[in-house]
Amino acid sequence: MRTEIRVNGVDHAVDVDTRTSLLDFLREQLDLKGSKKGCDHGQCGACTVLVNGVRINACLSLAVMHDGDHVTTIEGLASGEALHPLQQAFLTEDAFQCGYCTPGQICSAVGLMAEIAAGQPSDATADLNAKVVLTDAEIRERMSGNICRCSAYPQILAAVRRAAGVAA
Amino acid sequence: MKPFAFERARNVDHALSLAAAAPGARFLAGGTNLLDLMKLEIEQPDTLIDVGRLPLADISETAGGGLRIGALATNTFVASDPRVRSRYPVLARAILSGASVQLRNKASMGGNLMQRTRCTYFMDPAKPCNKRLPGSGCSAMGGLSQATALFGASEFCAAVSASDMSVALAVLDAEVETVRADGSVRRRPVETLHRLPGDAPQVDTDLAPDELILAVELPPPPSGSQVWRKVRARASYIGALASIAVAGDRVALGAVAARPWRARATEAALAGGAAPREAAEAELVSASGQDGRKSLVRRLATDAIQESLKGGRS
Repeated sequence: MRTEIRVNGVDHAVDVDTRTSLLDFLREQLDLKGSKKGCDHGQCGACTVLVNGVRINACLSLAVMHDGDHVTTIEGLASGEALHPLQQAFLTEDAFQCGYCTPGQICSAVGLMAEIAAGQPSDATADLNAKVVLTDAEIRERMSGNICRCSAYPQILAAVRRAAGVAA
Repeated sequence: MKPFAFERARNVDHALSLAAAAPGARFLAGGTNLLDLMKLEIEQPDTLIDVGRLPLADISETAGGGLRIGALATNTFVASDPRVRSRYPVLARAILSGASVQLRNKASMGGNLMQRTRCTYFMDPAKPCNKRLPGSGCSAMGGLSQATALFGASEFCAAVSASDMSVALAVLDAEVETVRADGSVRRRPVETLHRLPGDAPQVDTDLAPDELILAVELPPPPSGSQVWRKVRARASYIGALASIAVAGDRVALGAVAARPWRARATEAALAGGAAPREAAEAELVSASGQDGRKSLVRRLATDAIQESLKGGRS
């Protein structure tokens, strides 16, 4: 089915099988292998990408659902050689071991920053009617859709904290 | 995944006419549950009608002092709305306790209501399940499943609803508005949108195949505090073992039946001056199933009602 989609600033007009997930489309047809297939059922977060600036699981979406959308993957975050602040923070804090979940973790954290800026609450927000403060509990709750089987969670928390400019 | 045709609905009428012309079709909004089930071939629609771009995502005030939430408003959008947070905190809390941010960013109001059970045996195509394959038997009864129904189960199915959000909607007396291809608009309480299993557990709701959810309407919030509690196997990102929504003098239980379960006996007991534990017990006398689950719900309901009487938290 004919689908027009912009990925990392590049427009694509393609014919895709209706069954193709957004994740498979990115990896197999555009050769953007940064977004990872972990569980393929929305449980691990390794496939997290940003669609129109909002983080979603690319495995639980069909490419044909994204006609006209703007998708950003891990490959689209840096500006040339200048890393995105979250990419740099993950390096500085050594926030990974095997690295398989890392692209999803970083895209998820980029989405998290936008959600905080927009004042969106989470399950960890004590007062729903007050300004959201990015505590460690908030970061943990908001990153709970991304699993790290190497268990680099303390470093991932530190990286998000660093990028957000929150003191430990 | 089985092959299927994909149709992009241009407007509501187009979506309805596509549905009327294709009896095996399913409406697709966020897709977070339906596509998951299609990968497992538990769902095998021959046509998907993508309604995701229809203009049904707004939240607006109603003349009666309530809120009308469009069927395509995302779970994140609803839980972030300042009116929902201040006037219906039990709804915001229930939504925020479910799934992950990535899923809530995509999952819609209507899709959340239409999501299917996460019963272990429904999700495992290798096991008998009357909801997935009618007549094959129920593996959950006597099985290892942790969350089986305490109320409204039949000999054919003990699966529970997976929607946290619907529990809050039921306690708020919310209604679902739908439209069919013949133009008929219908409203029904969220509380009774889902069928109890009876002898046809494969049918989750009484919606017709060409019936599309347009909106959910909330009446003005009841006076009194609102409380949401969810018990689960880990701190985040997993379904409820049991949940409870309290709003004023109303109580609804979650993950205990195929629908959000208004605890009317508890409400009546509270109105009659019963203490929280007695009021919880009033509903549980009609419960069937594991004693451990009854004990869990008894303690959960007692705590939540006590918290609500103390003024709760928003």
